[in-house]
Amino acid sequence: MESDGDLLRRLRAGDEGAFVTLVDRHNGAMLRLALSFVSSRAVAEEVVQDTWLAALRGLTAFEGRSSLKTWLFSILVNRARTTGVREARSVPVADAGPVVDASRFGPDGAWAEPPEHWIEEAENRIDAVKLADLLRVLLDTLPARQREVVLLRDVDELSSADVCQVLAISEANQRVLLHRGRAKLRQALESELGGAPR
Amino acid sequence: MRIWFQRAFPWLRARSRVPDLVCQQVVELVTDYLEGALSAADRQRFEAHLAGCPHCTEYLAQMRQLLRLAGRLTAEDLTPDMRSDLTDLYRQWRAEGGPRSGA
Repeated sequence: MESDGDLLRRLRAGDEGAFVTLVDRHNGAMLRLALSFVSSRAVAEEVVQDTWLAALRGLTAFEGRSSLKTWLFSILVNRARTTGVREARSVPVADAGPVVDASRFGPDGAWAEPPEHWIEEAENRIDAVKLADLLRVLLDTLPARQREVVLLRDVDELSSADVCQVLAISEANQRVLLHRGRAKLRQALESELGGAPR
Repeated sequence: MRIWFQRAFPWLRARSRVPDLVCQQVVELVTDYLEGALSAADRQRFEAHLAGCPHCTEYLAQMRQLLRLAGRLTAEDLTPDMRSDLTDLYRQWRAEGGPRSGA
């Protein structure tokens, strides 16, 4: 696969094919990220298009200090946030306390109601497409900021430093959001898939 | 030096040992553990707990499974409409001067 760097060089030289390849490579993840900020698909598509145009216009300024993907995501988040605020979707929700319900532990802090098994269920018994759909639905139920971090980190597999750059948050904040988001997803998968006969 | 010290005074090591982690603490440390953000001492305590606790071992395994599943999620393909919109956008940018139009 041709690297983003090579494609950028071709793009700078005026090669339309390079642009199409870059779009094919990154547009899906950009749209998914945009949908995490704004509520309608039409608006999300608009945000993604704006991002591509801004990227083209800023092409000469892109110095390659971050990866192209991180750079594109950063532009997108800036734009989506402005739009998202207008749509007033992302109201910050106070979220504190333990990530696993305290009632599941005894007074000594040991599991009283241990995790139900579901890994085998997820690996072998459930259709991969159904499982992916389930995970998408569950991701969508996360509070916005947790969803953004989990999406970038665990779905798009950016490094924690890149996630911090894209969302303009601190490393510590990123880890808290990631921790809470992942724990909620694990719990949701347990609720959906757990307790099946093994 | 430290190893020599511990060998010479094993009772001292036992006395200064920090208390073991309980399950309820372990689940709160899972992300720091996976992120490599625990101190060496805390990582040791974390792993010592796992070695004796099948439930927390399962919890961590489920977290890793979640990460595998998340990493497998694919983004949707480009729709023909979006592709043609973006191609138009590119051509418009080229018409404006393309790479030489500056930021």
